[in-house]
Amino acid sequence: MTILKSGIDTRDASFSDNAEAMRSLVADLRDKVHEIKQGGGARSRDRHLSRGKLLPRDRVRTLLDPGTPYLELSQLAAYGVYEEQIPAAGILTGIGRVAGRECVVVANDATVKGGTYFPLTVKKHLRAQEIAQQNNLPCIYLVDSGGANLPNQDEVFPDRDHFGRIFFNQANMSAQGIPQIAVVMGSCTAGGAYVPAMSDESIIVRNQGTIFLGGPPLVKAATGEVVTAEDLGGADVHSRTSGVTDHYALNDAHALSIARRVVGHLNRPKNLGVETRKPVDPLYPSDDLYGIIPTDSRKPFDVREVIARIVDGSEFDEFKQLYGTTLVCGFAHIFGYPVGIIANNGILFSESALKGAHFVELCCQRGIPLVFLQNITGFMVGQKYEAGGIAKDGAKLVTAVACAQVPKFTVVIGGSFGAGNYGMCGRAFNPRFLWMWPNSRISVMGGSQAAAVLAQVRRDGMEAQGKSWSAEDEEAFKAPIRDQYEHQGHPYYASARLWDDGIIDPADTRMTLGLGISAALNAPIPPPKFGVFRM
Amino acid sequence: MFSKILIANRGEIACRVIRTARRLGIRTVAVYSDADAKALHVEMADEAVNIGPALARDSYLRGDAILDAARLTGAEAIHPGYGFLSENAGFAEACAEAGIVFIGPPASSIRAMGGKSEAKALMETAGVPLVPGYHGEDQSQELLRAEAKRIGFPVLIKASAGGGGKGMRVVTSAEEFDDQLSGAKREAINSFGDDRVLIERYVTRPRHVEIQVFADTKGNCVYLFERDCSIQRRHQKVVEEAPAPNLDPDTRRRMGEAAVAAAKAIGYVGAGTVEFLLDEDGSFFFMEMNTRLQVEHPVTEYITCQDLVEWQLRVAFGQPLPRSQDELSIQGHAIEVRLYAEDPQKGFLPQTGRLDHLVFPKETFHVRVDTGVRAGDVISIHYDPMIAKLIVWADDRASAVRRLRTALQATQVVGLGANTEFLLAIASHPAFLAADLDTRFIERHQADLLPEPALAGDDVLAFSALGVLLDRRAKAQAWAAESGDPYSPWAGNDGWRLNDDAHDTLTLRDGGTDRAVNLIYRRGGYRLDLPGGAVEASGQLDGDGNLAADLGGRRVRATIVRRGADVTVFHQGGSHRLTLIEPLAGAEDAEAPGGKLIAPMPGRIIAVLAEAGAEVAKGQPLIVMEAMKMEHTIKAPAEGRIGKVRYAVGDQVEDGAELIVFEEA
Repeated sequence: MTILKSGIDTRDASFSDNAEAMRSLVADLRDKVHEIKQGGGARSRDRHLSRGKLLPRDRVRTLLDPGTPYLELSQLAAYGVYEEQIPAAGILTGIGRVAGRECVVVANDATVKGGTYFPLTVKKHLRAQEIAQQNNLPCIYLVDSGGANLPNQDEVFPDRDHFGRIFFNQANMSAQGIPQIAVVMGSCTAGGAYVPAMSDESIIVRNQGTIFLGGPPLVKAATGEVVTAEDLGGADVHSRTSGVTDHYALNDAHALSIARRVVGHLNRPKNLGVETRKPVDPLYPSDDLYGIIPTDSRKPFDVREVIARIVDGSEFDEFKQLYGTTLVCGFAHIFGYPVGIIANNGILFSESALKGAHFVELCCQRGIPLVFLQNITGFMVGQKYEAGGIAKDGAKLVTAVACAQVPKFTVVIGGSFGAGNYGMCGRAFNPRFLWMWPNSRISVMGGSQAAAVLAQVRRDGMEAQGKSWSAEDEEAFKAPIRDQYEHQGHPYYASARLWDDGIIDPADTRMTLGLGISAALNAPIPPPKFGVFRM
Repeated sequence: MFSKILIANRGEIACRVIRTARRLGIRTVAVYSDADAKALHVEMADEAVNIGPALARDSYLRGDAILDAARLTGAEAIHPGYGFLSENAGFAEACAEAGIVFIGPPASSIRAMGGKSEAKALMETAGVPLVPGYHGEDQSQELLRAEAKRIGFPVLIKASAGGGGKGMRVVTSAEEFDDQLSGAKREAINSFGDDRVLIERYVTRPRHVEIQVFADTKGNCVYLFERDCSIQRRHQKVVEEAPAPNLDPDTRRRMGEAAVAAAKAIGYVGAGTVEFLLDEDGSFFFMEMNTRLQVEHPVTEYITCQDLVEWQLRVAFGQPLPRSQDELSIQGHAIEVRLYAEDPQKGFLPQTGRLDHLVFPKETFHVRVDTGVRAGDVISIHYDPMIAKLIVWADDRASAVRRLRTALQATQVVGLGANTEFLLAIASHPAFLAADLDTRFIERHQADLLPEPALAGDDVLAFSALGVLLDRRAKAQAWAAESGDPYSPWAGNDGWRLNDDAHDTLTLRDGGTDRAVNLIYRRGGYRLDLPGGAVEASGQLDGDGNLAADLGGRRVRATIVRRGADVTVFHQGGSHRLTLIEPLAGAEDAEAPGGKLIAPMPGRIIAVLAEAGAEVAKGQPLIVMEAMKMEHTIKAPAEGRIGKVRYAVGDQVEDGAELIVFEEA
């Protein structure tokens, strides 16, 4: 294989400036995440602990194989979205190993609004289920939730991708042989009762877990019957009488220990379906990436410098190296898993799009996972290019990416604008995972371009009416547009709304991809099948 | 020379005898009880014969079974080792009758030394010094006072009928004699209804010094110098050395000659030991003679460069002694310590269990390890709890003591309590270094030798944490390698977290204290929060538990032994046991409400106090078992019902056996 040779001078002043800027972005990200990890604040945490319950993050840590990695999803969900802070949208989702198997773990955080489901809580829960379904990963639900957040019921209950979808997914995943395991460690009220009830196997904690369609207040209101929560739907009722739960646990740790045993009996061998080889670290340190990415997003950089810091041994065999050079395609390994990498190295032209489509077909034919390193302002515009059929060549790439059945992974390492987002496997194209770097931006076009386009349209309109438009007025018109795009294109804004699966430290890209690829290989890779390519 | 011998013993001495026999080209036959079927001595011998059940009286003490084994295998001679049948005159006779050579003295010699008072009378005749005393019937005050003066103060007045220290007085001068005598008589009559007393020389700081003698059938008898065995606990030797420190050549010669006289007086043949009390003034008094090879014979072998088992075999075959007295001399200094399965903190209570981990110092020209066990073997209730003897030799005593310390520091026992650290404390004690020895050494220095157990220091906590973490990682890697996804980053064990430091907490129980070690996973290591501050720790752990650690730039070595949740750290000669508290493991335990009541150690059921179906209160005694000569009562852990009683009085139970099925109310 070809070993990439870095041309980076780490003593260069721009390198250290870049590094400093990126480090401060990463530091800010870690601060935000740290804050979010505190959950619902000291008081509700203390109350939770005083009941003998473990905090959700400790529950997850205890459930997972000791010392193993945990790939948390959507850490910034709901960040700054609602009037009050709903840290991590009140639910902890992620992938981790239980008894040697990768599982999706969904844990309610009862310290945040009693674990009730806000609209983005639902979205995050559904996204975790989607990941489980796409990657054939067992689901473990650590349930401790008051159900739907009633003031937000219109955004939570009725629509297709609302609360009911959770149970639809459970039933269908179970049908596909994806185990559904519930551990009832707190409330499981109303619709929530269906989480354990729809699970393949369920566990309940004595004196903590309750499951009922209607809680004591509702029962009293409806029938006048007065009953305690424990007598209505506690562990004894459900383990001895109703049969809603299968295992009776004495406390959180015991419940998690039973859950580990349940997973141990799943009998799901992992068949990789790809040729692996012994992993080697890249030749260059990952935190060089801080200095490589220019602070000015318009400044170009060679994406091979990024690839050299992600792939095994910095080894990368390029495909069509001399053709369509603004899109770099080639084969490499990440943690010993074979990957095809498609990375932007400038604007997309017809040739780059054709090359990309060809490469996607190759990977699909061979069953090799695809990694997209996205940094794209869009396809080339102009009369010459339109006449050259850039729309149909772009469509070929989009078709190929859309239909590719191999696991796809997208990392937005810079801009993600316009149709470039589509061709480079944006969220709509079902990558198994999509992560963003903290420097990245995502919007239909760049803020300046949007402002310029809108200003041009307005100027044309005004001039048609014979009016004039001063430079100051134009700037006053453009500034808020730019601000809006900057605000909405920021990765925190994106991540809060689950347009991605998380913002990652560039230095963690290799690890995150490695975990994602490995998790994705739990699902068999279907044979290739493409739509009509417009020729 | 014999072509085949049988060793009527087990453990280290059987192995020891086999080693010499093998060197001399003699084939060996081992005998073994059911409990010893897989024992080292059985493995080492050319042949082995089962002679019965575990209890010694049903196997190793069965002379008939042993003689049958000898006949069956055609062994020409029997080496009895020490203990068991080694000083059994009847067995010696039975051997003679069966036409099989007993490798030991004639039965008459054994008998002569068997009775204490008869032996003393014999020795007195032979001119062997006895403790001066008066044992006469005349109890007049004047005579007793005169006798005391003759014996020389201090003297001990003892009730003739006495025992247990009652009526016993130490009198240091003539002035106080009358008072003390009347006191002693008063006490004696009150306690025993008999006011007769006897008077003996009181040896204030006695040393136990014994002489190795050897006699052949040709009338030759030599002494192979002395051994100082003063360091004892509960009348059992712990440390033995040769030569005795600060013994002048003249006393040595006089003691040696007295011992030879003793042996000759009873027509002795073979290896024997004459034990003396040595007073501070250099006077010595006969105590008893052991008519066998002693446990501590290796120190003599070291300083005389002789193999005493070879001597025994030659003499038994009728050959003359290999060396004359003139040809024997002392070379350097040797020390032996006895490594016991016992708990020095609990009155040296013997310990039983499996030797899960056993490491001895490497044997060299200077270091010898005599043992009959290897890792995985069990120290049971049936036999002596000695694990091994460590013997060191050097040019002089100071060097030997240093070597002994090094040897003890390299000794590791996990699975049951051992006296390693106690021995090391003796070997490090200034009084021992100064050879300030007497039989009350351990009593006097108890506080130094048996300090209160302290909490683990930072290093030990760090070693334990590293041991656990590195072991976990190795297991995860091994698991991954076996799996279909060998390189998966999910098999990683550095607690990776997205956008956060990976952290974890290990809880280690240290005596009665739970100690939490918070840690942050780092690339290639861990940051450990320890009581003395945070430290960056990393290391390599090999399959044998050897840990090469880096603690904040300091390179240190330790050995980590895991046994269930227990983590034992060996470091610089000390060891510390901690228990890893796994939240999930605890949860599993909580699962079985009530459940089983199990035997805490192997032993015998001596009482069953509850029957099946009985309702019992919490704390009610249910079953009493005897183990290690102590009674253990198994009580109801809670209010409940007895489901089933699995054993009856007299049954032998193994460690961990379920005694009673208990159903919690």
